[in-house]
Amino acid sequence: MTRERPTTFAASITVEPHANSAHQEFEADVEHLCADGVSITYRSGTRLESTVLAIDTMDFRVHRGELVCIVGPSGCGKTTFLNAVAGFLPITGGRLELEGKPITGPGPDRAMVFQNPSLLPWRSALRNVTYGLEMSGLMRRKPAEKRARELLEMVGLDDFIEAYPNKLSGGMQQRVNLARALAVEPELLLLDEPFASVDAQTRETLQAELLRICKQTGVTALFVTHDITEAVYLGDRVCVFSSRPGRVICDIKVELSTSRDPRSRRSAAFIAYIDEVAEALVTGSGNRGRDDNEPRECR
Amino acid sequence: MSSATVAADTESRAPKRTSRPQAQRADRRTEKMIYGSISVIVLLAMWELLTALKIEPSILLPSPLEVVRALGDMFASPTIWLDLGASGGELLYGFLLAAVVGIVVGLAIGWYRRVGYVLDPFVNFLYAVPRIALFPLLIIWLGIGLTSKIALVFLVAVFPVLISTSSGIRSLDPQYLRTAICFGASDLQIFRTVALPGSIPFILSGIRLAVGQCLIGVFVAELLGAQHGIGMLMTTAGDQFQTATVFAGLLIFAVAGVLLTALVRRVERHFDAWRL
Repeated sequence: MTRERPTTFAASITVEPHANSAHQEFEADVEHLCADGVSITYRSGTRLESTVLAIDTMDFRVHRGELVCIVGPSGCGKTTFLNAVAGFLPITGGRLELEGKPITGPGPDRAMVFQNPSLLPWRSALRNVTYGLEMSGLMRRKPAEKRARELLEMVGLDDFIEAYPNKLSGGMQQRVNLARALAVEPELLLLDEPFASVDAQTRETLQAELLRICKQTGVTALFVTHDITEAVYLGDRVCVFSSRPGRVICDIKVELSTSRDPRSRRSAAFIAYIDEVAEALVTGSGNRGRDDNEPRECR
Repeated sequence: MSSATVAADTESRAPKRTSRPQAQRADRRTEKMIYGSISVIVLLAMWELLTALKIEPSILLPSPLEVVRALGDMFASPTIWLDLGASGGELLYGFLLAAVVGIVVGLAIGWYRRVGYVLDPFVNFLYAVPRIALFPLLIIWLGIGLTSKIALVFLVAVFPVLISTSSGIRSLDPQYLRTAICFGASDLQIFRTVALPGSIPFILSGIRLAVGQCLIGVFVAELLGAQHGIGMLMTTAGDQFQTATVFAGLLIFAVAGVLLTALVRRVERHFDAWRL
């Protein structure tokens, strides 16, 4: 973790890495992901009228280079929203744009890290990481493997490059999963409770690694979790979703003066943020009530 | 074998707490071997004793030694290789044909929903029919020679392969498909990188079942008329009450079945890691 990693990967990424702290102004507030009055409904049964409104006219922004955490009660549609951004689900109203282009389906500009590592068991760690590059045809095999090696080093798996998933622990599999998502150099990294199924100790390590990697690569990330501490620890911003139909009830910019290390979790400022998020979750209202949420146009 | 015994010895001397799993496994294997061998030897001895007591005439139950002698006689005759070749050929060609057709059609049924809809009625019908009952038809259509026998072996073996292949594709873990789709994989890419490797364990279990079916097919095909073959040999011997020879033929079938199944099982174990 403390070791200096080769910078070749960081230099080759499309988004410029941030030189200093990740908690700065983000590239003059360039809107990266832009959701304008997005609604998502899905059919819950076979009958036509049994539709569920999962997301209700939601406005949501992610700026370039930001790590935004979404928390909310279970079933509030946070995963649904993430799936819509990934392009798995069509939206039923509003506009959903990435870098000004509407999202119509899955694409290599967004990479998803699922809660379940879902590595292909018949591929070694290396070949799992190159998978996305192979599928999208972004790179030839040799350079793809070179980058995969760099990424596996970055996530601390130098010694397991040729290992097959059944020889890797849950935490290691999740690292490979992360490396696989980063390999395609996504404009937006989507993480759906990626650390929910690993043990507490591994989770802390992985969180610190994710922060370091995000800083190193400057990748923009949308992180769904139900863990408030995790959200405040990782997020530049924490968005709280209301219960279904989901909308943003609270949008908190996390500004922690010290660089985030596990010790900062006990600082007074950190705990104040947690209280704020918890308050919003419990009361169902926060700094972004329905009234002051006037629709804005995407820039 | 001897090294395994040595490992087991050191293992039994070491305290149980510190036992390494590897040594424990070797221990188990030796134990399995010993118990298995003893049970077989005891059975053979009882069999020999039973026949030595002459409770039943040897026409009904020949002694194990008689069976071995009959086996020796069998291999002394010059035509045995013709018989083995005939049976082996039926087995090999029928099996290969069944494997190729079963895998290809199974993949098509599993991958293309509509192909499944079209072919499912026929597959279900043929699977439900006792396929050996089709042999008279096969003789009418293909004659009494090698072709009809290969056709029968094919027919009994193709369904296990076909059905497990298609169910392998259909039961693919959706998380892998989702991953592939997430990275923008095309249908062909998904097929090549997810569906095909994911269904290999299923294909192999289908093949293992098919091997057993193939042996049944070979025997039945030769039972109903053949010029050469182990099954034919057994039928003729049975007609002449050469019971020991029947047992010898049975032994050949059994050995072939055990060896082939063990071979496939070994390949299967190699791909065990692919079922995650």
